[in-house]
Amino acid sequence: MSTRYIGKRMKRNEDPRLLTGRALFTDDVHLPGMLHVAFLRSDYAHGRIKGIDTSFAREIPGVVAIYTAEDLGDYWRPGPLLVPPPPVEGRVFHARTQVPLARDKVRHVGEPIVMVVAESRYIAEDAVEQIFVDIEPLPAVTDLEQALAPDAPLIHEDLDSNLAAHIIQQKGDYAEAVEKADVVIRRRFYYDHGVAAAMENRGIVAWWDGKAERLTMWDTTQAPVVIRNGIAAMLGLSESQVRVIAPFIGGAFGPKIMMFYPEEVLLPWAAMQLNRPLKWIEDRRENFMSTTHERDQIHWAEIALTKDGKILGVKDEFIHDSGAYDPYGLTVPINSQCTLLGSYDIPNYYSDMKVVFTNKMIVTPYRGAGRQHGVFVMERLLDLAARELGMDVTEIRRKNYIPPDKFPYNNEIIYQDFAPLVYDSGNYEPLLDKVLALIEYEKFIKEEQPKLRAEGRYVGIGVVSYVEGTGIGPYEGARVQVETTGKVNVATGVGTQGQGHFTSFVQVVAEHLGVDPKDIYLVTGDTDIFHWGTGTFASRGMVVAGNAINSAAERVKRKILQMASQELEAPVEDLVLEGGFVRDQRHPESFVALKDLAVKANPLRGAVKADAEPGLESTAYFGPERGATAFGTHAMIVEVDPETFDVKILRYVAGHDCGVMVNPLIVDGQVRGGVAQGIGNAFYEKIVYDDQGQLLTASFMDYLVPTSMEVPHIELVHTETPSPLNPLGVKGVGEAGAIPVAPLFVQAVENALAPLAELEITEAPISPNRLFELVQEARQKV
Amino acid sequence: MSQRIPITVRVNGVTYQREVEPRLLLSDFIRHDLGLTGTHVGCEHGVCGACTILFDGQPVRSCLLFAVQADGHNILTIEGLAPDPDHLHPIQEAFHDAHALQCGFCTPGFVMTLKPFLEENPDPSDEEIREAISGNLCRCTGYDHIVDAVHLAADKMKEASS
Repeated sequence: MSTRYIGKRMKRNEDPRLLTGRALFTDDVHLPGMLHVAFLRSDYAHGRIKGIDTSFAREIPGVVAIYTAEDLGDYWRPGPLLVPPPPVEGRVFHARTQVPLARDKVRHVGEPIVMVVAESRYIAEDAVEQIFVDIEPLPAVTDLEQALAPDAPLIHEDLDSNLAAHIIQQKGDYAEAVEKADVVIRRRFYYDHGVAAAMENRGIVAWWDGKAERLTMWDTTQAPVVIRNGIAAMLGLSESQVRVIAPFIGGAFGPKIMMFYPEEVLLPWAAMQLNRPLKWIEDRRENFMSTTHERDQIHWAEIALTKDGKILGVKDEFIHDSGAYDPYGLTVPINSQCTLLGSYDIPNYYSDMKVVFTNKMIVTPYRGAGRQHGVFVMERLLDLAARELGMDVTEIRRKNYIPPDKFPYNNEIIYQDFAPLVYDSGNYEPLLDKVLALIEYEKFIKEEQPKLRAEGRYVGIGVVSYVEGTGIGPYEGARVQVETTGKVNVATGVGTQGQGHFTSFVQVVAEHLGVDPKDIYLVTGDTDIFHWGTGTFASRGMVVAGNAINSAAERVKRKILQMASQELEAPVEDLVLEGGFVRDQRHPESFVALKDLAVKANPLRGAVKADAEPGLESTAYFGPERGATAFGTHAMIVEVDPETFDVKILRYVAGHDCGVMVNPLIVDGQVRGGVAQGIGNAFYEKIVYDDQGQLLTASFMDYLVPTSMEVPHIELVHTETPSPLNPLGVKGVGEAGAIPVAPLFVQAVENALAPLAELEITEAPISPNRLFELVQEARQKV
Repeated sequence: MSQRIPITVRVNGVTYQREVEPRLLLSDFIRHDLGLTGTHVGCEHGVCGACTILFDGQPVRSCLLFAVQADGHNILTIEGLAPDPDHLHPIQEAFHDAHALQCGFCTPGFVMTLKPFLEENPDPSDEEIREAISGNLCRCTGYDHIVDAVHLAADKMKEASS
């Protein structure tokens, strides 16, 4: 199919606003009479609140109000369970959701206890300093394994233990696989994924207009429609009285879809109490303590293979850290459970996951959303198997890839969207071959590595594969309208946080309507403009909202062609849309402007048919029956300094397939940005709590986000295997780059250090310190 | 805390006279007192570089200065960089051309860091560019496209001055 706009590397429409400082972010909203909010948060991970004394703080000039849990009255209630557990037989799940302000007990450092409203943020913070909270400390639960010990302190005392959930999923019969196996390998794996650390912290501005009886809220959320509906229900308002705007958002990566953060519940309520606009902007320290994390899992995993390297089965038992509450259900651990199967044809699988409560911040999805944990385990098992069997790491993968003729491929377990985990399409070997060719795998192994090793250099190569379930339902919607000005306006409910929606969504509309993209005006994330939708998550914007926009644009095009056909007295087949006009191909002098058709479609006199929508406008929805599965293979060459164990990435090749690419320039940016976060996760970033549950990494001095010095040039290769599940043939790409980096990194490091020690790295992240320790341990064993 | 100190600051060619609390951060003064919200605050502890402005031509982190320290000084923010509303500065153009921004929150800090860098170093290598921007964190792009943009901006600036 030849296209005009889809598939073009178009520069982004949103850039000029962002580059000149004109784009509106939440903290840029300034309203007359606005007050500022600060929170007193728990310094203890676990404890009983014995008393709160706010009397000194109330005396400070400029303090307007101070609220504790008690002051909230009936408004105080635990937040909703956002995602119920999947319908798996025999499941155990205990929902314990976060509260607006801690009452009786605190369960993690950073949990809000008191809300202060003042004339300025400076005064509000002064007041927080003058509030005295008496907390009786309780022993903290910080270790995943100890969380389930019989004598562990209970985080939720109405439960028998700290077990939040237990789910077993299986395919085939793993016991049978073991019987037939020549080799069975079992290891313990530890994988820790960090925090999103979006450059913009969270923020909220809430304004109750008492005369209009409307609440307006600017919120750094990925899901404005859901926030609007929830806030309206909590405050007893009609949904139409609440407008939530997710303006430009400075990166989100998952934690900004957690709902409802305590601040999101408190600001609108207090704005109505005080009849003044309120603003709260999170600071970086609060972001580390009080914006959701992802964190760690411990796996005991086993792989059964034939002696020629064919996988017969995989068994995995793992513990996942939910933090103090579990409002996001089981999305993260279910992703781990499902994505572990990866790109491979695995006939037998047994997976037992336990989720535990700990005295730490809540865990919700962060770019990859648990997929990393599963991919790490599977890729490590394959590396260990390859070593045991004397196979090349690429050969064992090639041998076990799901062959192209087996798609759609049914993994026979339930995914995070509650649909069966069926991969829609894929063709893994050609992408592997492209990646190996670009990084010159054979040449490196046979020529370069021996040469460099002879020079005393520790260089190594790694290659891993992965899949990414993307673009899940339930649905998104969009409205497309050709205005009488000739301009086109497009509205959709998803919010935007840097993905380039103002460009890629516009390309889809331009494709159908033949209008210059500069004349298409897109609004996302404003519930007054479009009030249906779920949000931006799970790499689904282009798949779900993109296809809704595609469908709405197609309908508008049909309307245009019908009207133009009458107007030009020409059959529809002869008409083309181009440059804002409909033209009769056979009679080029016969044409009509879209803006004139738009006027005729909305007449001031005469009758529009009873069932007809006026105007050149249409609204459409798209809900995929299940997600689309993207895939990739990455390769990396590293050099390790044998003195400092610093690792330098010499080359990085990312091979990715996300189906049809609407804007390959944006896809490149998404993959590269993901890889950079993966590099942070593999080597630099770690959230550290001590055994008292104190957060030790609450600044960018302690939590190391990679800079331009740590992230190398990332070379890209793409293949395009369209998804059969949506008309555009697209799959999501947002999370892909971040997923495979840690297993790739450790594989390459092991390979580099092979002359020094036979390493077996079963954990991530790996800092230079930890790498040094592992090398010492391995050398002592010999 | 209610003591207020008069200051005179020139920002983007406009002279402002204001009375400010001694503890008011320069970043808050620029954003909230002057309404120039293009300068963003990402960490408030001088690491992320999002709040970088030019202070008498030198890049500084506005979250690490007090407004009173700017008394009598000359400041340039992202709003004052482009020559006019219809044209971008070559660095801004290059960022647009090379897809060097995604969410755009860190971008003003990068652009302001790069202006004096490229004026002093019109033909930088990859390594020099990476070092120059190593005090600015970007969580979206992975930096590759920013490095491309800096080369492109260098070319554009040379063209403009030749």
